Amino acid sequence: MPPLHYNTIAQIAHSLKVGETTSVEVTQAVLDRIKAVDDQVQAFLSLDAVDAIAQAQASDERRAQGSTFGPLDGIPIAIKDTLAVKDQPLRCASKMLESYTSPFDATCIRQLRDAGAVIFGRLNMDEFAMGSSTENSAYQTTSNPWDLGSIPGGSSGGSAAAMAAGEAIATLGTDTGGSIRQPAALCGVVGMKPTYGLISRYGLVAFASSLDQVGPFTRCVEDAALLMEAMLGKDVLDSTSIRPQGDTHYVQALQKKKGPWKLGVPREFFGKGIDPEVKANIEKAIEWYRSQGCAIIDISLPHSDLAVPVYYIVATAEASSNLARFDGVRYGHRSAAADDAVSLFTKSRGEGFGEEVKRRIILGTYVLSSGYYDAYYLRAQKVRTLIRNDFENAFEQVDAILTPTSPTPAFKRGERSDDPLSMYLSDIYTISVNLAGLPAISVPSGFTKAGLPIGLQVIAPAFGEADMFAVAHAFEQAHDYYQQTPKL
Amino acid sequence: MSEKPHIDIDYVADLARIKLSDKEKSTLSAQLADILGHFEKLSAVDVDGIEPMAHTQNIHNVWRPGDAPGATLKAQTLIEMAPEQRDNQVVVPKVVE
Repeated sequence: MPPLHYNTIAQIAHSLKVGETTSVEVTQAVLDRIKAVDDQVQAFLSLDAVDAIAQAQASDERRAQGSTFGPLDGIPIAIKDTLAVKDQPLRCASKMLESYTSPFDATCIRQLRDAGAVIFGRLNMDEFAMGSSTENSAYQTTSNPWDLGSIPGGSSGGSAAAMAAGEAIATLGTDTGGSIRQPAALCGVVGMKPTYGLISRYGLVAFASSLDQVGPFTRCVEDAALLMEAMLGKDVLDSTSIRPQGDTHYVQALQKKKGPWKLGVPREFFGKGIDPEVKANIEKAIEWYRSQGCAIIDISLPHSDLAVPVYYIVATAEASSNLARFDGVRYGHRSAAADDAVSLFTKSRGEGFGEEVKRRIILGTYVLSSGYYDAYYLRAQKVRTLIRNDFENAFEQVDAILTPTSPTPAFKRGERSDDPLSMYLSDIYTISVNLAGLPAISVPSGFTKAGLPIGLQVIAPAFGEADMFAVAHAFEQAHDYYQQTPKL
Repeated sequence: MSEKPHIDIDYVADLARIKLSDKEKSTLSAQLADILGHFEKLSAVDVDGIEPMAHTQNIHNVWRPGDAPGATLKAQTLIEMAPEQRDNQVVVPKVVE
């Protein structure tokens, strides 16, 4: 057995059930671990240990009285700083929200509370989820637990690093263009983005509303399936959430669905820009599926190279609109130097937002502005249709698609921070999935010679989560990559 | 979209209601020209007859049932979040001369 803080949800749920441990013991083990390693990792922006222990005690009392809420009852789950947790800070790693405290719970948080989870901690991220390295946080730089000089990926870098370092049993993140899957790959953990609309966005600070989704980081695929079952569903507070379709018994599906599957490999994802070690690793994973009797089918997603420009037009346009709410009037940072209403807006925003956020708001404003709307925004929306059509065509032939999650392993801190375009290309394999609204998961698939984790991405059709989990689970359980932990 | 894109940074910053320093303006102008250059490949795509996609689920409009009274956050809780408040109101600089 690994130490308690590196257990899976399923292992802890079993230990709790048979009385080998308590939620207080598990929560304390996680808190102790944070105390021991977070000076190095810097995953947490803040932590309310007293509140966490109180929730754990309540869980243990329920259990003692013979009424537990199920497998998540008593499991400590840490939260990205972009999801609202009542009475806890919600800063989106931005100076703009430095003193903001959330007055309510996000829907996904309420659902996890209803399942008995211990909700704790605020995890570092790129400011307003804009970035691929977590270096855009206004507060601190998170390290990759596998190499403290490297970035953990982003924007949910704190959520991924905390998992790799054993600082939580599971974490939540958000994924707009790869912000769960890319850091999961770079930190050697499981990270999953659901079909658009499957989880309510109520209480998630909006970045790009047509792309944003909440999702779990876990040690194994089964844990991700468990969390997804607890969080999915139509929510009256989010009109873009949808009633789930298809098989939503994800945990059962891991046992029932054993393949063999028809798996597509898009040739566009193995061309220029991919690190040779990543390429070899993913090809080996594909060979493993072939050896299990799966049909490996060469497919084409011909508009893949347009996904980055489409994404950075659509996402920044939506962001420029969504972030207009931060005006220094009702909440958030207010400039002390303002002397009229307009300078209150311009100075508060100029002072409160960091560099990348300003860059994206300016870009988004530009592509929506008169004279450029048709050439950029409208055209990007049309190409987005073509990108979705590519996937629809591919899924007529295959059950799921296999790709690398990230073209490279974790890079060194500072390596790309002065070159936004090279940073944007870190998401080249993940963003088309958001544009098309599909579910995808990253599972650990091995390590580079230097010991950095690599992730395999499994993409499924909309509402195809059950198959996606089953395909990923089969590979995971046949290898021990997911059980490896970094030396800290 | 064929010429080298140029952003009138003062105009766009004003539209976005963000005050930028001179240094930020020059850095951003150069970076955005690079990024927009990368967007140029979109202009070569044939999009004749292709519908624009705003959303993945094809949701066009959502009507909701009439509001039923229920628990809400207290007005005071929300007003207390404002950087400056007085007499249960948010204080802002003078808007109308």
